[in-house]
Amino acid sequence: MDHFTGTGLTCVRGDRIIFTGLNFTLSPGDALVLSGPNGSGKTSLLRVMAGLSPPRAGIIKWRGQSLADDPVPFFNDIHYLGHENAVKPALSVRENLDFYSSLRPSQYDVEAALSTLGLSKFSNLPARLLSAGQTRRVALSRILCSPASIWLLDEPFVSLDQDSAVIVYKEITKHRTNGGMVVISTNAPLELTNFKTINLETFAYCDTTIWGDRI
Amino acid sequence: MRGFCALVRVDLRIATREMSDSIAIILFLGIAACLFPLGLGPEPNMLTRIAPGILWVTALFATMLSFDRLFHADYQDGTLEILIVSPQTLWVSALAKITAHWLTTGLPLVVVSPFIAVMLHLDPDGYVVLATTLALGTAIISLIGALGAALTLGSRRSGVLLSVLVLPLLVPVLIFGVGTVEATIQGYAVTQPFLILAAIFLICLVSCPWSCSRVLRSAID
Repeated sequence: MDHFTGTGLTCVRGDRIIFTGLNFTLSPGDALVLSGPNGSGKTSLLRVMAGLSPPRAGIIKWRGQSLADDPVPFFNDIHYLGHENAVKPALSVRENLDFYSSLRPSQYDVEAALSTLGLSKFSNLPARLLSAGQTRRVALSRILCSPASIWLLDEPFVSLDQDSAVIVYKEITKHRTNGGMVVISTNAPLELTNFKTINLETFAYCDTTIWGDRI
Repeated sequence: MRGFCALVRVDLRIATREMSDSIAIILFLGIAACLFPLGLGPEPNMLTRIAPGILWVTALFATMLSFDRLFHADYQDGTLEILIVSPQTLWVSALAKITAHWLTTGLPLVVVSPFIAVMLHLDPDGYVVLATTLALGTAIISLIGALGAALTLGSRRSGVLLSVLVLPLLVPVLIFGVGTVEATIQGYAVTQPFLILAAIFLICLVSCPWSCSRVLRSAID
């Protein structure tokens, strides 16, 4: 079955335990929202889910197969949008997208992805000339250029204008109705319906001895 | 393979749009090589004798200047994360970046080296061998330097640290590179030092991209 699950996840940064004993299960069509105050580990969890940093404890499975054993089938099926946009300033918008989609096993139409997010008229412009919101849109359009079941989005709505945010919501809904899964970390109020939430604060590890000998 | 070509193409395209880096390296090589006759005196016989060494050492330093751009930009703008979570095997991506690095720094050095060799009174017999060994040598430098660049990723003042880390590893390359050129000029057989250089290249070609990928993965963690 196409389930994306995590059991007993623990994440350690430096010598601080960010969260521990965290579980999640995503089935086709699910959306999961990660919330919590700054520093509670939203990005860390998303990076653990993406396979960027292995969890200190716990196991992540995609289609019943552990991520630690063979990540390649999993990488085929995810899109990860991080804090940074991964947009090369020297390349044009289209070249940026072409490059990303050439790393993927199968592609959608790059032009369609560009026009969905209203980037068609900038497509030949070097990305360094774009505003912060436009650059974010280029990063988001990467997700639309090739198929992947799981979308992992870290603060996707940062610096987006209202109209673009609406488009992104629409795409997320479309993705979910096609059986895709979305994980979003955000502090902004969401216009999604029918989603699961993980509040990272509830998984924080409060052992004063760790802090005790430091302070 | 498609991903490999795409990565090389993108890096070459970025390098051609930001030509200043490649040009600066060539200028550095030219200027540094000029300083030796100025410092040691322009006596042709002496220059002929030390020309292979000068060219190799300056080429080594010139390439060193370019390593901070190898992974650093990708690390900062998030491209490295994208490469790690992409379906393409990471060592292939690392090899693609190393190839592009060699094409934009090593190859220009190889092309200009005969011109600088003329200036340093290198024996004409040595030109072809100099260019060949430099081509092989700069490829080894790119491979080993990439590993150093990956190891120093995210540290401050990575340039100095990188040089301290990488230059000692390149001593054999220097010895056998200069050895090959000198053997040619003096009429000895060049096969032995050249084959050792080629062997070093093959060892690096197999081991460096793979270890690079491991290091990059932990750098991003």
